[in-house]
Amino acid sequence: MDAAKRYFRSPAAVLGLILLLIVVGMAISAGYLYPRDPLALAGRPLIWPFANPRFLLGTDNSGRDIAAQIFHGARISLLIGGVATLIAVTIGIMVGALAGYYGGWIDNILMRITEAFQTLPNFVLLLVLVAVFGSTLTTVTIAVGIVSWPAPARLTRAEFLSLRSREFVQAGRTLGMRDTQLILREILPNALPPVIVYAGVVMAVAILLESALAFLRLSDANVASWGNLIGLGRDVLRVQWYVSAIPGVAILTTVLAVSLVGQGLNDALNPRLKQR
Amino acid sequence: MRILSLAGRRLAASIPTLFLILIGVFLLLQLAPGDTVDAMMAQMGGGDAATARELRRFYGLDVSVPVQLANYLWRLVRLDLGFSAIYGKPVAAVILERLPPTLLLMTSALSFAFFFGLLFGVIAARSVNRWPDTLISTVGLIFYATPSFWFGLMAIVVFSIYLQWLPAGGFEDIGAVSTGVWRVLDIASHLVLPSLTLGLIFLAIYLRIMRASMLEVLNLDFVRTARAKGLDETRIVTRHVLRNALLPMVTLIGLQAGTMLGGSVVVETVFSLPGLGRLAYESVVQRDLNTLLGIVFVSALLVILVNFVTDLLYARLDPRITAES
Amino acid sequence: MSATATILTVDRLSVRLPKGADRPHAISEVSLSIAENEIVCIVGESGSGKSMMANTIMRLLPDGVTTDGGRILFAGHDLCTATAAEMRRIRGADIAMVFQEPMTALNPLRTIGDQIGEVLDIHTDLSKAEIRSRVLSLLTDVNIPDPPRAAKAYPHELSGGQRQRAMIAMALALDPKLLIADEPTTALDVTTQAQILKLIRELQQRRKTAVLFITHDFGVVAEIADRVVVMQHGVVVEHGPAMDVLRHPQHAYTKQLIAAVPPVAAPPPRPLSDNAILTLSGVVKTYRTGGFLGRGERVTHAVKDVSLTLPKGATLGIVGESGSGKSTLARCIIRLIDPDAGSILLNGQDWARLSRGDIRERTQQMQMVFQDPFASLNPRRKAVELVAQGPIVHGTPRNQALAEARELFDLVGLDPSAADRFPHEFSGGQRQRIGLARALALRPAVLVADEPVSALDVSVQAQVLKLLTDLRERLGLSIIFITHDLRVAAQICDLVAVMKDGVVVEHGLTRDVFGSPQHPYTQALLEAIPGGDFARTAHG
Repeated sequence: MDAAKRYFRSPAAVLGLILLLIVVGMAISAGYLYPRDPLALAGRPLIWPFANPRFLLGTDNSGRDIAAQIFHGARISLLIGGVATLIAVTIGIMVGALAGYYGGWIDNILMRITEAFQTLPNFVLLLVLVAVFGSTLTTVTIAVGIVSWPAPARLTRAEFLSLRSREFVQAGRTLGMRDTQLILREILPNALPPVIVYAGVVMAVAILLESALAFLRLSDANVASWGNLIGLGRDVLRVQWYVSAIPGVAILTTVLAVSLVGQGLNDALNPRLKQR
Repeated sequence: MRILSLAGRRLAASIPTLFLILIGVFLLLQLAPGDTVDAMMAQMGGGDAATARELRRFYGLDVSVPVQLANYLWRLVRLDLGFSAIYGKPVAAVILERLPPTLLLMTSALSFAFFFGLLFGVIAARSVNRWPDTLISTVGLIFYATPSFWFGLMAIVVFSIYLQWLPAGGFEDIGAVSTGVWRVLDIASHLVLPSLTLGLIFLAIYLRIMRASMLEVLNLDFVRTARAKGLDETRIVTRHVLRNALLPMVTLIGLQAGTMLGGSVVVETVFSLPGLGRLAYESVVQRDLNTLLGIVFVSALLVILVNFVTDLLYARLDPRITAES
Repeated sequence: MSATATILTVDRLSVRLPKGADRPHAISEVSLSIAENEIVCIVGESGSGKSMMANTIMRLLPDGVTTDGGRILFAGHDLCTATAAEMRRIRGADIAMVFQEPMTALNPLRTIGDQIGEVLDIHTDLSKAEIRSRVLSLLTDVNIPDPPRAAKAYPHELSGGQRQRAMIAMALALDPKLLIADEPTTALDVTTQAQILKLIRELQQRRKTAVLFITHDFGVVAEIADRVVVMQHGVVVEHGPAMDVLRHPQHAYTKQLIAAVPPVAAPPPRPLSDNAILTLSGVVKTYRTGGFLGRGERVTHAVKDVSLTLPKGATLGIVGESGSGKSTLARCIIRLIDPDAGSILLNGQDWARLSRGDIRERTQQMQMVFQDPFASLNPRRKAVELVAQGPIVHGTPRNQALAEARELFDLVGLDPSAADRFPHEFSGGQRQRIGLARALALRPAVLVADEPVSALDVSVQAQVLKLLTDLRERLGLSIIFITHDLRVAAQICDLVAVMKDGVVVEHGLTRDVFGSPQHPYTQALLEAIPGGDFARTAHG
């Protein structure tokens, strides 16, 4: 309860929540407001925003409604961001927990693998994965999740390392608890909050990664994605720069919202830090 | 000397990591639909099965996967990255050609991000919870949320199309045959926007870390000791806080080296820079898997190198590091 | 004490805490004075406002904390109204300070010599060479071994005692009129503490410095103070010449604090059983760190060939300074750590050789109480759940275990109605009682207590120790009691073993070991206890 109160006392955190709710609202309402396929031809190409009341945000090079693409794009961004984050954080917690709790050779092997993933530039790995498995919505989401797990894994491991030697865990062991009990019931509940907060960062990065991939036309071309639209607008950048500008603002807003909410949660859950 | 041996040991420890990456990616690429020969045949506009068989034998693709892997690794040890069918040159030569723009871009983006991240981080921490802090932190958050390729495009619109101050892309003006200083200036002007674009998100990260790290160090006991000695705030920051607060920044450079190299793929594409990142993109589009594998190798090597340098830097900053282990 | 000039006068000083603190004022209307060539001790427990006094005089108050009336007169000036620049000129030059934790009080990235020289650099016009030679002579004054090497060393390369010597050298660099020492020996081992106290005393006498010494330990007061000021909850409850206060304390709180430092003499011996419940023989634990293929490997012999016997119903104290291996030994006994060799016989079974699974099933026989009352309880569980955890793990139905846990609250002197609170809602002493209840819930025969009272205020220590002795009688517990504090050991242990560098150098009945120590190290330890003489003369 205190945490909720602290959260709502921060204007930045509240702003983040409002922005996030707007983006979520766009994603939900897309089907009602723009029931037609957002990638279908809607009108004359390259109508400027506000020039035609039918197309509030104008149309792109091939005459598709930009507003419809923005609304439907919110679905894609949140979907890919959310699922990829879930994948990354789940893998990260499992790897980090095992490495941090057991230490020794298990830690050694798991950390070598983590290091390998971090040494290989994540976007290059993403390119390799897309080159191999193709660029459907599913493969792109999984690929983004796979390149994003090392950071949460390291964080979880660090938490486990410090909690493992904490006296209350030792006390649990002297009471006769098994490793699984110690990991799941004693350490994990204490290690989880910072990792969950960090999920905000993972999601922000995941959304940015997907949009970059889409911009390079390596993501699913059959869905309305903000990155796709920016890539499309690049061809008409000289004059009709708004085709690229509008979806960029949408990405910026979403990533900003996710980061602000994450930071707000962090401050609310770690009140000590907030006083600084 | 101890610093060198320490960093050397870390460097040696990264060799298995490098092999892990190469084996992993090599096996991954075996799953790709079609191999280099397929790509070549497609480029040549098709061909019969006999030619394909011939080509596969020539490129050593007719043997089992483990043998191919062993052959690849053995060639790698001799620094032979194989042959790019698309470019018709050894992969090593293709990569070497593309390396300088990427290195230049990364160095300038990193310097820009590090310098201004440090500066603004310190200013924000010194005025914590007052307006300069709020302003810097807000702008930092917005930078962090900005997709770099979009920022690049918008920068082109503003600075190249409307204001016409800076070139919209390329590494240098091919038309003008210039030498010496003029060539340097020409390249520099081409690198301004890409460096800003690539460095922006890192600037945001560095300034946030620097601010947090400054605030943390300012709370430590030895800062109170410094105050008790009668030092003024400026000297406390320059003599006691700054160096301690820099440590997490240095760690971050190493950790972010890979991310930065990844970011250059997008930025080089936006600004048509003939660098490693753009090469990676092209080789994915053209299914030039040999080149892609070569890029994986070189970029991992680069990241390891950057980490080696940051290890050295860290050890120079922190005398405790050489005492451990 | 001859009549001398007053250096510092604190006059009805109050310090206000920010809103939302547990009380409005950290210090209310405190007055005291310190004369030249005099050591004044401020004594109090945590929350008494004693450290706040030091920070207020230095004007180093945390954000949001402000002075609220009163004056601090130093050399004719009121420090409360001095400008920031004036304060900077005074700090380090006229008033210097030594802190509790010498590791964190020094900048880890700069050399000792550099940090001492900095004081001279900012307050004087001395040249670099002059500063260097002054630093060396200061380091020589504080008896640091090999001053030129120490000047070039970084803080982590020195021992705790040497670091504190360096801090003192830094504080005395400009011959300040007033030295404020904020618990300067609390973080140190007892033998090091004795040396540092001696050093402060000597330097103070040689330089006629006025010293304001802040401590929680009346033993230290007896060792060093000319005059004493006792503080509780931000108010001075008693003050006067040290000997008067120590011998004839007036205020109940002062009496309580003095009672918490009883003489190091064993209580009348209890009859000991001939049956051993726990027998250690030849226990060895060696740590190997770093090193690659045997090169550069560092070997630490944490426990070397320890053999001890715990008779049924007795309390065996294992005493030693940090790094003596006493905590490692405790963790070997309870098998949190696997010993390398030796046997640990409990009820005829060798715990050193049991598998992890076997140990898990036998944890009812032996339980542990931990040192840190904050870290030893899972912050996300209610107190009653913490206590019931053990029985539940061992198969007691949950409801029954919870009901029995509530009964245990009574046993350890806690209000059973508080059982549903979370650990952070309890005080340090109460948490330690919860930890004890958790261990007792499994009805162990042997209790291993690792510094169970070290993290507590002295008055709370006495209560927890009393509880432990009561329970020992009522439940027939046999206890291994690990402590660095010989006073505590003397109060509760039937037998003691003195450890140094992983070896038991002396063991036997507490009365024999403390009454007529045979080993030079035991003698040195006993000698080093602050206020040891006071305790013997005052009590008896």
